[in-house]
Amino acid sequence: MTTVITVPPSLDDHSFEQVLEQLAPLPADAKILLDARHARWASPFGLTALLTLAQTRSERPAFAVPELEDTASYWARAGFFHHAESLYDLHGSYPKKWEGGESNSLLDITAIAKSSDVHDVVGRVQTRAKQIIASELHLDTKAIIGFTMTLSEICQNILEHAGQGGWVAVQSYRWTKRLGRRVVVIAVCDAGLGFRKSLESSPGHLPTSRWDDAAALEEAVIRGVSRYRDRSRGQGLAGARNYVGRWNGKLSVRSGTARISIVPSWDDEPPLVEGLAPFQGSQVQVIIPEAVSGTDK
Amino acid sequence: MINHVDLSSVLRQTLACDLYSNLVTRPTGAAVRGQIEEMLSDSGPRALTVIDFSHVSMIDLSCADEVVAKLLLRYGAENSAQEAYFLFRGVTEHHHDAIEAVLERHELVAALEEEDGVRLVGTLSNDERDAWDAVCACGEDGGDSTEIALRMGCERRVAEELLQTLCRRRVMMRVDERFVAVGTSRGG
Repeated sequence: MTTVITVPPSLDDHSFEQVLEQLAPLPADAKILLDARHARWASPFGLTALLTLAQTRSERPAFAVPELEDTASYWARAGFFHHAESLYDLHGSYPKKWEGGESNSLLDITAIAKSSDVHDVVGRVQTRAKQIIASELHLDTKAIIGFTMTLSEICQNILEHAGQGGWVAVQSYRWTKRLGRRVVVIAVCDAGLGFRKSLESSPGHLPTSRWDDAAALEEAVIRGVSRYRDRSRGQGLAGARNYVGRWNGKLSVRSGTARISIVPSWDDEPPLVEGLAPFQGSQVQVIIPEAVSGTDK
Repeated sequence: MINHVDLSSVLRQTLACDLYSNLVTRPTGAAVRGQIEEMLSDSGPRALTVIDFSHVSMIDLSCADEVVAKLLLRYGAENSAQEAYFLFRGVTEHHHDAIEAVLERHELVAALEEEDGVRLVGTLSNDERDAWDAVCACGEDGGDSTEIALRMGCERRVAEELLQTLCRRRVMMRVDERFVAVGTSRGG
């Protein structure tokens, strides 16, 4: 029997939880069909998380593509179907050709599996990031440098800790619903070890009385703890945290059953959410908003 | 002996690719540092190496940690076989934040060559900074500890201690009885 999992019409980091909640009672080898026929929009997080989800299943899942032509076309231009073809049995019609270069995409969905992929991603994003961050977000040069640095560090987290490849996408769009301003969003998702298992693999790891996904995220994101004993490690997420703090942005890291966020004044999400439906690996999102005139520059 | 390391050239050799000018990822940084260390191994017991960032578009934290911090940690260690000094050239705002962050994390200090002279970045006490300023004020030949103590307005013993600390931290050289700042004429 195939279980149908409904993909919400608007798919972002929050609504993706609805997908995971539907999956939670099912074993990893259950036959599933992700029904995205009524999907109209997806954030970079939504698209990369959909690819990641397929990697968590031992039975190849099916996927019903969006019926709306504009949506299917947008997802195709972002590179979603190009990658999804190898992970899902796709049903429905969608543009088969992927040419890349979507107008509001700084970086189409890209697989990260080795160090040279990070070089490639940074090289590809640099010029467009400069243009978009300066002319559309009205932030200064330091924001561009930090953005590329943050992107590089978050992608490297996959290589260092996931134990398998992952996905990255970067887009810029007007976030009308929440902010009414333009934003640049980085989404990096993998179905690897996750923070708790990664930290547990450290030779000196001593679990505390409250050791779970939330505690592991607090250790890694807030206290900069890494599974490596080397003092050099753990700087990547600390750098990302400083970067979003400097530019009034938001950093969210989800792993297992918890999500931790560095929450800016424009958002009301709790800093730590526990007891979420389980999702293998780690999923990171960085949002940098357009400067409000007179501030953030 | 003075070495010059053009990081973008080393990067291209490391990656065997002309397309990239960004110093990113820890493995890349480790490979670049490996090449610098190899060059240093042929440089004699005392050497100054100019690390040139001029043609590097940007550097991330992991790479800065491997290239800058680990180099300074290795050659600043008490058991280092070589007396190696480093001067960082061509550091712009595209590199500065990453370099400063890793220096602070490891409580290191580095000499940066800028248009108007050499500046120290990283973790440095006020007294160490005063000693550095006093040596720089002596000019390109530096000064001995008595001269530096006079400029600092402190006892010779205190000045001597601070100067030795800066030598151990590899931003100051001792040439006979004189102390010379890395990057000034006689110090590089």
